[in-house]
Amino acid sequence: MNAVFDTPLYPYAWHADQDTLARHRVVIVGAGPVGLTLAIDLALQGVAVVVLDDNDRVSTGSRAICFAKRTLEILDRLGVAAPLTAKGVQWNKGRVFFGEREVYDFTLLAEDGHKQPAFINLQQYYLEAALVARAHAVGVQIRGGNRVIGVVSHDDHVALTVDTPDGPYPLEADWLVACDGARSPLRDMLGLAFEGRVFEDNFLIADVKMAADFPTERWFWFAPPFEGAGRSALLHKQPDDVWRIDFQLGWDIDRTAELDPVRIRTRVDAMLSSQTGAVPAYDLEWTSIYTFQCRRMEKFRHGRVLFAGDAAHQVSPFGARGANSGIQDADNLAWKLVLVLDGGRDDLLDTYAAEREFAADENILHSTRATDFLTPKTSMSQIFRDAVLDLAASHAFARPLVNSGRLSVPCIYPGLADGLAGPGLTRPGAACVDVAVDQGFLVEQLHGFCMLAINCDAPEALREAGVVARRVDLPMTDAVRARYLGDASAAIYLLRPDQHIVGRWPAYDEDALRAAMRAAIGKNEDAIEP
Amino acid sequence: MPLNLDPNIVDPDGFYDDLLAAHMGLSHAESDALNARLILILCNQIGDRDVIRAALRAAR
Repeated sequence: MNAVFDTPLYPYAWHADQDTLARHRVVIVGAGPVGLTLAIDLALQGVAVVVLDDNDRVSTGSRAICFAKRTLEILDRLGVAAPLTAKGVQWNKGRVFFGEREVYDFTLLAEDGHKQPAFINLQQYYLEAALVARAHAVGVQIRGGNRVIGVVSHDDHVALTVDTPDGPYPLEADWLVACDGARSPLRDMLGLAFEGRVFEDNFLIADVKMAADFPTERWFWFAPPFEGAGRSALLHKQPDDVWRIDFQLGWDIDRTAELDPVRIRTRVDAMLSSQTGAVPAYDLEWTSIYTFQCRRMEKFRHGRVLFAGDAAHQVSPFGARGANSGIQDADNLAWKLVLVLDGGRDDLLDTYAAEREFAADENILHSTRATDFLTPKTSMSQIFRDAVLDLAASHAFARPLVNSGRLSVPCIYPGLADGLAGPGLTRPGAACVDVAVDQGFLVEQLHGFCMLAINCDAPEALREAGVVARRVDLPMTDAVRARYLGDASAAIYLLRPDQHIVGRWPAYDEDALRAAMRAAIGKNEDAIEP
Repeated sequence: MPLNLDPNIVDPDGFYDDLLAAHMGLSHAESDALNARLILILCNQIGDRDVIRAALRAAR
């Protein structure tokens, strides 16, 4: 049986566009998690989408292994999450080691009232396979074996040259979205820079398959004591009895020698036996060495070309902010692109760029901090890092300072006025926080713009500038009080289609809500209504 | 609470003795490590980020 990543899921096939010049409303380059998420979101809103990819199958190896709650909520809105959470592994016990010593362990307790878990571990190819299936089901055209070799951006469209096994053909798009990865050929073809910090480090990844009964825990070593294990090491579980192991090897290494299976096995044997004294039987499924950078494009929008995911920004792997942030890019972009295609002003797309550039900076900051903790850059930062780990063994206060990567959470977009002295986690700019409602969960009730009404009267719907916000009532529960009211007795929240909070008020205020809706769709007071 | 840079330690000579005694017999590396742990413990005791930032500025 072929593995999912060995199977062509969207093999090259000749298309009529190759004989006659066609113009599409949206062309997406890259059928990875970000491009497919965007394509599905657009298709569900009635926009025909073409996705071009030079390959014809999902990626090999576990790659982006950790998918956070916000990502799962977005995927659930698109009808993709259920099989992923069913398949994914949820661990809740972690152990932190410093050299030979176990410094501490921790248990993550799930908070009630969330449809999705805090995160799941899942091989990236399962996510991609689920996205491909969903994309096909909702009518997205994925053209495999289609490699973009030329791009010219015009005022009113983008002209592409696409190479195929049958030769090249021209293709036009009203809007082009580049989701073509960290090495983005489109970015290079347009001559755009990708600035940032290169970390001089190499990570060896091994996906190890073992049937042995091994605990479902995350083990993280600072200064691992095993021979040749490098400066840090990580072990955590994926589905199908596969364990993901990362060794931080440093900068000056011989890549070929380090990828020798005998050498890898020596390290893996030492790690697996360190706590149990025995080496379970295992197979090496996939190994790879990667380096990483923290960098981003200065602007994510260049006229009619938009950049999303790793093509726009790249972070270190600590804290799972690569695929997770890319999927949030798609979530932010889709509804804005739909409004612009429906005749809205295209400067709404500048808010996509501004908000996701802000998010990229936050993700880069978090992952840079984790990297600095893992790899102290000076002798004094090494002394402080080791002091934190020493203290963490006996004193709880030091444990929050230990940073092996923070869980990816959505950023709070800045600059929105807060009309309610409510809880900080749901202030304007934040993604809505799930709660249990009468028949399920809040996130299941949200489609398009919504008004969340809590102990307050509001019309069924409010129409402003061609957009409708529907009312969704929240029950008065302890979780709703804690997450949405704070000290207030009533509140109304306005949510965008990506479920980020636009504004909140202590009571229904039609003028305030209308103004907030206009601002959210880029039709401020100074704009002239068509 | 503003950073207090006025005398605040009862028996300053005794305190100074305690500080040096804590380092007695340690190698330079061990003393560096002790200082780092001590700073972290004291910063946690203070807690207030503004006070800690003011102290970092005063020290630098």
